Formats: sequence, C-alpha cells, structure tokens
Amino acid sequence: MINKTAAEMSSALASGEVTSVALTKQHLERIADVDKKVKAFLHVDSESALAQAASVDADRAAGKALGPLAGVPLALKDVLAQEGVPTTAGSKILQGWKPPYDSTVVAKLKSAGVVILGKTNMDEFAMGSSTENSGYGPTFNPWDLTRTPGGSSGGSAAAVSAFEAPIAIGSDTGGSIRQPAALTGIVGVRPTYGAVSRYGLIAYSSSLDQAGPFGRTVLDTAMLHEIIAGHDPKDATSLNVPVPAVVAAAKSGDVKGLKIGVIKQLQGKGYQAGVLARFNESLEILSSLGAEIVEVDCPSFEYALAAYYLIAPSECSSNLARFDAMRYGLRTGEVDGASAESVMNSTREAGFGREVKRRIILGTYALSSGYYDAYYGSAQKIRTLIIEDYKKAFTQADVLVSPTSPITAFKIGEKSEDPIAMYLADVATIPVNLAGICGMSLPAGLADEDNLPVGFQIMAPAMQDQRLYNVGAALEAALVLKWGGHLISKAPALGGAK
Amino acid sequence: MSSLSRDEVAKLAALARIEMSEEELVGLASQFGSILDAVARVQELNLDGVKATSHPQPLENIFREDVVLPSLTPDQALSGAPAQEEQRFRVPQILGEAE
Repeated sequence: MINKTAAEMSSALASGEVTSVALTKQHLERIADVDKKVKAFLHVDSESALAQAASVDADRAAGKALGPLAGVPLALKDVLAQEGVPTTAGSKILQGWKPPYDSTVVAKLKSAGVVILGKTNMDEFAMGSSTENSGYGPTFNPWDLTRTPGGSSGGSAAAVSAFEAPIAIGSDTGGSIRQPAALTGIVGVRPTYGAVSRYGLIAYSSSLDQAGPFGRTVLDTAMLHEIIAGHDPKDATSLNVPVPAVVAAAKSGDVKGLKIGVIKQLQGKGYQAGVLARFNESLEILSSLGAEIVEVDCPSFEYALAAYYLIAPSECSSNLARFDAMRYGLRTGEVDGASAESVMNSTREAGFGREVKRRIILGTYALSSGYYDAYYGSAQKIRTLIIEDYKKAFTQADVLVSPTSPITAFKIGEKSEDPIAMYLADVATIPVNLAGICGMSLPAGLADEDNLPVGFQIMAPAMQDQRLYNVGAALEAALVLKWGGHLISKAPALGGAK
Repeated sequence: MSSLSRDEVAKLAALARIEMSEEELVGLASQFGSILDAVARVQELNLDGVKATSHPQPLENIFREDVVLPSLTPDQALSGAPAQEEQRFRVPQILGEAE
C-alpha cells in the first residue's frame, strides 16, 4: 500500500480495506529497509506512531467522525516542536531536547488523526540548500544516492520520494520546501506567510519562515495544507482569514482562460538546459489546455538573493541568541568560577555548525552601527521593490511561473565548500519569501542530460493559495497522461519492498 | 572587493557570544570578502525615497482580555534545563563576588 497516494490510503482506510496500524507498520518496515541508505529520519517513533494509529482505528470502529487524513502516516521536519519527542532542528545545540509542548502544526496533525512516524533531517536551523549542514550528517537523494535531496527540508522530501511516508511537513524560509521538492520529484508548497501558525516552529528568520506540506501528488499536498492552515492566537503574525479552498482547487484543475506570467528574470543564464527544456514543455502544455502565456518583467528580482542573504542572517543573529546554555539545550565550559558569558561562548562554539556561525556573524555585521543602513536598511528597501514588482506582475497574470531550481540535484560535497554557489540554489524561490506570498513546486519531468527531476514553480498572491493547486492540478493531470503515471513511479526502488 | 580582517571577525564573534578558534577566525575572514561582495549588490540601486519593508504584513498590536490561560507548569518549563535548583534555572555566576 505504500506506493499509493495519501488520498487512496484515505479511501482504503475509510472502506476498511486496511487499518491504520497495518498501514503504519508497512511504512515503518519501509523505513527499516531503506533509511540506512537515504537517512531521511533523525528519529523514528515507532511506538507512539503505532499507538496513534491504533487510536484512530478504534475511533473508526466506534463510528466516530474522522478527518480525511486520519490514520495516514506523515514525516515531520525536526524544526517543529513535538511534546516529549526529541526535537533538534538539525543542531547539536539541541541534542536530546524534548519539548514540553506541541507546536500548533503538530497539535493540528494530532487532532486530525494524522500518524506522525518521526522527525526528519534538515540543514541546521533550516540554513542551507542541501541538508549537508545538518549536525547529524547528510540525507541522500533517493533518485541518486550520491546526490543531495536539496534543503533545508531534505529529510522530509527524501522520505516522501523514497515512499517512507506519503506526506510530510517542511518549512520554507527561502525555498526550503520547494527546492527539495523539485530535486526529489515531488510536490511541495510554501503557503502564504501567516497562513500556517509559526507557534512551535523553531525560528530562523521570523519574517520569512513558513511551514508547509509535501506530497507525491497535488491533491495529497492540498489535503495536508488544509489540515495545518488556519488562524492561531498563539502566533501574532497568523492571518485571521478563512483558509483558501485548496482541496477543491486541486480537484478542479482548470486553466482555461487563465493568464500565466513567465518571469523574465527567472530563466536563461545559470539555468541548466534540461531544466529549461522541461519548463518550456510545461508552458506549452498549459497553453494547449487553454491558458494564455504572457511574459512579465520583475527587474528587482536580480537583487533578491543579495537582500535575502542580509535579511535572513540579520534575523537569525537575533533569533539564535536564545540558545544561551541557560534554560534548555547544550551547556559546556562550566568549570569552577566560569562566568555565564564564558559558558555561553563555549556552548555556542560547540553547539553551532559552520554555516550557522557564518550567518550569525554576517547578520551581526549587517546590523552593526555604521553598516546598518548600507546593508540591512538597503535590503529592506529592495524587499519593497520586489513586493511592487509582484503587485504589478499580478495585474498582468493570475499566477506567475518559473523553474523552481536552476539546476537538478547536485552531488554531495559539490557546493559545501563554496557558500555563494550554494546560495544560488535558491535564486528562483527567494522572491516569494521576501514578498510573503505563496508558491508551489511540482514535477515537470526528468532533465535529459542527467535523468534527474525538474521542478516547475507556480506563484500566487497572498491568500490565493488555491490558484497554485488549480494550475498545479491541471498541469499534473496532463503530464501524468503523457507519462502514463506519476513521475515518482520512475524513482529507484532502493532495494526495499515497495 | 570587500574584506573583513581576522580581528574584525573576532570582534563580531565576541558580540555574538561565539568562541572561535584561530583557524575558524582566519577561515571566516578569508570567505567574508566574496560573501560581502555578493550581498553588497543591494547598494547598486538608487533607493532614495523607497520605503523599507521589515515584514510582509502590516503588523499591529493584538490585544486580548487579561485572563489567565493554561501555560507550562514549573516542572515542564524546567524539563530541559541544564541545571536547576529550587524550581529555578541554575546558571553560572553573572555578577562578580564583590558586586
């Protein structure tokens, strides 16, 4: 049953064809079979997953009303607090920490009866585009185990593409859901900023962070989106507006008469030939389905990467000040007479990895007096220009599109010594985060030169997330027809039973 | 070409409360030039009169009734503490003995 979609699993559970306990066991067996190669999970919680599954089965047997994903297993990015379960954000500074509370996302998953299999690997504090910056070693791309799955939500993306879980939760600060979805041939959505509560999401860059869903199909992703979205009084930036009808949109998939804007600045130089070929092919399909393709100009996007790598490190240098060795997490250097400050210095030296230190130092520099206006101040103004570019573009088109990532999955180690090369992986995804709007990546096929998945990115205005699912579903249906099945069915079996 | 000296990195590391080995300081200083060049692109445009955006949403204060809501118990709040004493976080010395 593990190669089915979450929607199919949901029907099989409802009809009694399978129990949640059986379904959960199948996924735990798959994890036992393949995760030593993929290393998607940092922590697998078999006992509590089976207990959750048994409780859903009991509720179903008792005739209780259950949500659509009740009993379906899920992989959770380790950036979200789950009560009593080790939560590290991929960092040694949080090794062994067990949160005393549930994040709102986890609380919503639990009350919807979704079975949480375990916590997935990630770049430390979500800082990275390859999952190589994890304090616990890298995750490997199920399509080619010598390559990265992208990042920072690489563990969640790899778990879904390796059939270890049908759906997963990630978080996206600069592309950390969409880019790994693209590199592993699955669907990933970064919802509108404020659509999903950040309560219990370990903060990296608070004005950019947003949790969101992964699935192997547009509909599965929509079903998960609908469960985790919604207003939360515990998050002051949570939007108090109705959740867009994303599941209905994923079931409709009609682009007739829609205007689709291709962003001039997000293609061409730096983009792999096979990526552009699959992207253009998808545009032709959308056009043949009745959409009108127009080109839009977003000149400020050229500066998005530079603005992001000032804003995010600045916010992170402030957010990560909470790891002070006093209230939770690691504490080192406590010798007789050691001051609080020297314990902090020593703990943060031992607990943070290279990239986290690099970003904290860069943020500290960008915020320091004398440099503030030139760096952080200018970046904030660029942010305004990017928002204005989007506003104008959305008067010319209903959705905007681009390749999700300029390149397909890269080799482990290929970019880890060159921060600038790594940062470029997010060049097409970052503008969405700076503007606080929503974006989806879905599979557009395999690049001819390397047979690796290519992602197609769709962007929509704030709280118009249903447009992503509508356009995504239309494109997906046409591609599935063309390929004779979902792209993910071409992924390697990894030697385990499917 | 921007650059940052080893001493400047050391000062920033001290401000950020991160102890760094000589090797880390020198390594970071050597990388910083190219990173600063990349991010300094934000200064290429004339940004006079452009408003700064600190947040994608218009933020305003949110008020609620001043009532007690459920919160963590002291035991829960202290559950991750590296050290505790008498239901409090036990921390290393912050002030000198004489103060």
